[in-house]
Amino acid sequence: MTRGDGDGLVFDAEVRRGGFTLAVGLTAACGEVLGLLGPNGAGKSTLLSAVAGLTPVSAGRITLAGQVLDDADAGAFVEASGRPVGFVFQNYRLFPYLTVAENVAFSPRARGQGRQEARSAASHWLDRLDLADLAGRKPGQLSGGQAQRVALARALAGQPELLLLDEPLSALDAGTRLDVQAELKRHLADFTGPCLLVTHDPLEALVLADRLLVLEGGRVAQEGTPAQIARQPATDYVAKLVGLNLYAGEADGGQVKLTGGGAFVVAGTGQHRDVLVALRPSAVVVSSQRPEPSSARNTWPAKISGLTLLADRVRLDLEGPPHALVDVTPAAVAELSLRPGSEVWLTAKATDLEVYPRGNSQAG
Amino acid sequence: MTVAAPSHLTARERARRAARGGASRSVPAPLLAPALIAVGFLVLPLIGLLIRAPWGRIGAALSGADATQALILSLWTATTSTAISLVIGVPLAWVLARTSFPGQRLLRALVTLPLVLPPVVGGVALLLAFGRTGFIGQYLNSWFGLTIPFTPLAVVMAETFVAMPFLIITVEGALRSADQGFEEAAATLGARRMTVFRRVTVPLIAPSLGAGAVLCWARALGEFGATITFAGSFPGQTETMPIAVYYALETDPDAAIALSLVLLLVSVIVLVSLRDHWLRGGSLS
Repeated sequence: MTRGDGDGLVFDAEVRRGGFTLAVGLTAACGEVLGLLGPNGAGKSTLLSAVAGLTPVSAGRITLAGQVLDDADAGAFVEASGRPVGFVFQNYRLFPYLTVAENVAFSPRARGQGRQEARSAASHWLDRLDLADLAGRKPGQLSGGQAQRVALARALAGQPELLLLDEPLSALDAGTRLDVQAELKRHLADFTGPCLLVTHDPLEALVLADRLLVLEGGRVAQEGTPAQIARQPATDYVAKLVGLNLYAGEADGGQVKLTGGGAFVVAGTGQHRDVLVALRPSAVVVSSQRPEPSSARNTWPAKISGLTLLADRVRLDLEGPPHALVDVTPAAVAELSLRPGSEVWLTAKATDLEVYPRGNSQAG
Repeated sequence: MTVAAPSHLTARERARRAARGGASRSVPAPLLAPALIAVGFLVLPLIGLLIRAPWGRIGAALSGADATQALILSLWTATTSTAISLVIGVPLAWVLARTSFPGQRLLRALVTLPLVLPPVVGGVALLLAFGRTGFIGQYLNSWFGLTIPFTPLAVVMAETFVAMPFLIITVEGALRSADQGFEEAAATLGARRMTVFRRVTVPLIAPSLGAGAVLCWARALGEFGATITFAGSFPGQTETMPIAVYYALETDPDAAIALSLVLLLVSVIVLVSLRDHWLRGGSLS
């Protein structure tokens, strides 16, 4: 994989840590928020740590605006303190013995500004993130949302050219998360450099990121815009994240033979042979009897193996083939007497099946 | 199996067990008696000191020329050796905690050896190294005309030799358990290694640094064996408080007791200042 040295961040490297290898190629343009999504242990934090200079790469190189940060082949390495990076850590890592203002002034001071200059830089960022009232407090006296803003202010006060956010909202309770998320989105929009945002929360990724990169097992599993990924997940993990049923199969005319058994009639398969089929759980109709023939082209028997209440609907886990997750209302569960073990019929319209080629991770 | 005969449980004991849980707190007799003997053994001598204290004449006993000189000498030498320990011991603790190199375990064992070494052996060793004919001392003597033994400098060296390991192990432990995430954060904020040490590492371990320094100072203040061996006991020159107490016991028991009380008071203050570190009922860390 060769990439030109653009304005933004170019990461094309391997990081080996114990038995784990992260091998990823990615670019992030200036002003772009690239979301890194993946399960625990996928290598998201390792990637950030390599970009920040806390972990050297084992092979390949990292450049920012064409300048080398790390190059394993040439043996070049810029120490973490020498990289124009702002890092917001998962638990913020605010210095507990310094006040909020001193925390924010830390980076300007460490990067060589005088005491007075650093203080005024800090107060600029405190004002900008609406933290002026908290300037004299210690991190222990802050709420989660406030600590998150202080961490962001501290990272931005060093005037970084690259921003790294490691699960910036995961330490917050659900109540404040949405507010802080909206606020974070505003501040990220003001940032002119590339930004990498690590998260395992798909909603956070969809809201905050311009583009997503899904990491699984140290590799890029899928790359694309949030809309693309939400519509056409490439792996089971992504499908689960965005709440879709995903089937792999072989296209044959207007039909897709599914790898796990069963077949779907679809609207069109294009020229591809190996395809994926995505299906929304709410697009499937459940009947207790075999339905009358209708315009819906796919009908198959299934057995309920589980029911989960999700806010205002009930998610049914059904054994096929093909298996499916289906959302129905609690009223439907009662009226159709749905319970584990019940035999039902499922119906899905061909037009509700999203068919797309497999093995194309929309790499760009 | 049958139900055992009930014992009496007071309402108060019922409430305590209900609130805190757990079984009976009464101590079995085979443990109680030895425990009381241990308490008596540790506490009675101190009570004896308080009983025999010449309360009316303490001021006079302490203001004797020898006592005052010993007090002043002890205070400044202990403080100086603590300062030296901080300046050279903290960097060594950092090296031991944060780097790895061949022979590191051996080095750690060597620098902490004075903790278990009889102090008089330390004194002999210092004398053989820095004495007038010692393998370092002979050059100091012939090149610079410097003679260390039996001078206040020898007192400081003896105290540092014995006390610095206390500071080193305390600080090393703190460095090992400190969250290095803060140091990483500082690095991403542009701080170079020395700035990280100064502005992040040291403040993070400040409580342990303080505790280690107090411990080191207390150990230096009480030093006897290495000091009397390497520095002797010249009043005003090398006769520290513990040495003065030892000699005064024969000539002026009141002064000996008064000086002992001063040392006891200092120890109590040290213990109180270390209470968060030591008296929580946990381990030494």
